[in-house]
Amino acid sequence: MTIHTKTLKQLSQGLQTGEYSSQELTQAYLNRIQQHSTLNSFITVTETQAIAAAKQADALLAAGNAPLLTGIPMAHKDIFCTQGIKTSCGSKMLDNFIAPYNATVVDKFNTAGMISLGKLNMDEFAMGSSNETSFYGSALNPWADSTVPGGSSGGSAAAVAARLIPAATGTDTGGSIRQPAAFCGITGLKPTYGRVSRYGMIAYASSLDQGGPMAQTAEDAALMLQAMAGFDAKDSTSAQQDVPDYSANLNDSLKGLKIGLPKEFFDEGLNSEMATTIETAINEYKKMGAEIVEVSMPHLKLAIPAYYVIAPAECSANLQRMDGVRFGHRCTDPEDLNDLYIRSRGEGFGTEVKRRILVGTYALSAGYYDAYYIKAQKIRRLISEDFAKALETVDVIMGPVTPTPAFGIGEKTADPIEMYLADIYTIAINLAGLPAMSVPAGFIDNKPVGLQIIGNYFAEAKLLNVAHQYQQVTNWHQQTPKGFE
Amino acid sequence: MSLTTDDVNKIAYLARLGINTEDTESYTADLSNMLNLVAQMSSVDTDNVAPMAHPLDTIQRLRPDQVTESNQRDNFQAIAPQVEEGLYLVPKVLD
Repeated sequence: MTIHTKTLKQLSQGLQTGEYSSQELTQAYLNRIQQHSTLNSFITVTETQAIAAAKQADALLAAGNAPLLTGIPMAHKDIFCTQGIKTSCGSKMLDNFIAPYNATVVDKFNTAGMISLGKLNMDEFAMGSSNETSFYGSALNPWADSTVPGGSSGGSAAAVAARLIPAATGTDTGGSIRQPAAFCGITGLKPTYGRVSRYGMIAYASSLDQGGPMAQTAEDAALMLQAMAGFDAKDSTSAQQDVPDYSANLNDSLKGLKIGLPKEFFDEGLNSEMATTIETAINEYKKMGAEIVEVSMPHLKLAIPAYYVIAPAECSANLQRMDGVRFGHRCTDPEDLNDLYIRSRGEGFGTEVKRRILVGTYALSAGYYDAYYIKAQKIRRLISEDFAKALETVDVIMGPVTPTPAFGIGEKTADPIEMYLADIYTIAINLAGLPAMSVPAGFIDNKPVGLQIIGNYFAEAKLLNVAHQYQQVTNWHQQTPKGFE
Repeated sequence: MSLTTDDVNKIAYLARLGINTEDTESYTADLSNMLNLVAQMSSVDTDNVAPMAHPLDTIQRLRPDQVTESNQRDNFQAIAPQVEEGLYLVPKVLD
């Protein structure tokens, strides 16, 4: 068995028993990243720092008291601030930005002993569903390089799918962990809003943003979430809630599990092969003793309209800090202060980011605030209540992650609205703040398909259990794209 | 909902966001389309619904009013485009 197809759990065993060293492991993955650089999944590779960290990890491992994930390589989405290392957020605006501090998530993985190999490609400021808005060009989908890896955490998904790293961090504001996980055939988890600290995670839409793990298996996602989750005084919306042992209940039986299927997830917008694939996955759960219940989300169709007010409004406020004065891109020879702001921002931001800043600015401007932002927040409550009602009668909700498998590069760039509409099954979950996973559930024309599992607030352990049990009876998550075996 | 190029230029100025003149038309079309998408919200009556600002409806956490941050001015200014004697430099605002 080659090293790069091993899971975190297997790698940990190999390191703890001395089968290989962290330095050997780190070098092996760095070589793969180099070998497959055309995938464009990394924006920055931090080889020197990684090798130094691996040396330290080997010393800890030799001393015999190293934490479970010590010495295992991983990488961060380039939205997480990394001290002394370029943190671009996929934007020209931050192409010269060397973060002066670490995100809490980065500190936590350092404490856990994991070795960061670098920073992963992403849509600019996490605004996009295809990775095509990245200033550095799109990462490619290792399953078919003519298709997008998804977004915004496209580099994370592509790199894990190609086995260039065993696991990665991602963030999810409207589906940015789950959709690329689905398109690239890996396991992704968006935790409950507030479960993972947002400190040092560059803000897009602060009431929706949430970091989470992207890995090969649910078992690995549990280990990653264990390292990431927890209250953080530096994040004003961090949840003050105990962190359970996410691995403890992975093997619980699913006999009697009640699965809700929202009829709105299976309507005419869903590709028929996709519907069949998801039904096949649901049948596996039936065989495990789960019970299927139809539920309804009458306000689901309003999720995208509400999201495209709330997210742009919050982004227009958050991105005001990119002003060419304190950090980031600055235009040359500004005539006056306004010219400095206008040209620095005009040159630094890409088209999609500008669209959202403009819509957000409009929605928040005098006379429009109630009609747009307050209205959207009211819709948000209705959507949240739909989920609350369904989750009174079922343990988890299931459905597709996306209406179709990965689309082609350039296929949806001409019409932004068409790109937005493809996020119909993921966005509502962010509005409600619920946790949800994407789990590999088959292929359509050799392109991976993701099954979405949605749970109640802070029910990540239940989701991981439900996903893990599926991965005990299927092997979709173990498939490796051709050329990356 | 249809915006004009004048509207877009006004919004862009409010956001202090430079847009190339040749792109104004396409931004105007894209923004109009986005606002049409958003207009679907009016299909549902929300008169008696309270706005939801936070998924868990929690309130802002407060902490004791104590200084906890250390001064990192030099560290933060090391990445600034232009500083002098600990100050951020911008073009002259007052003559």
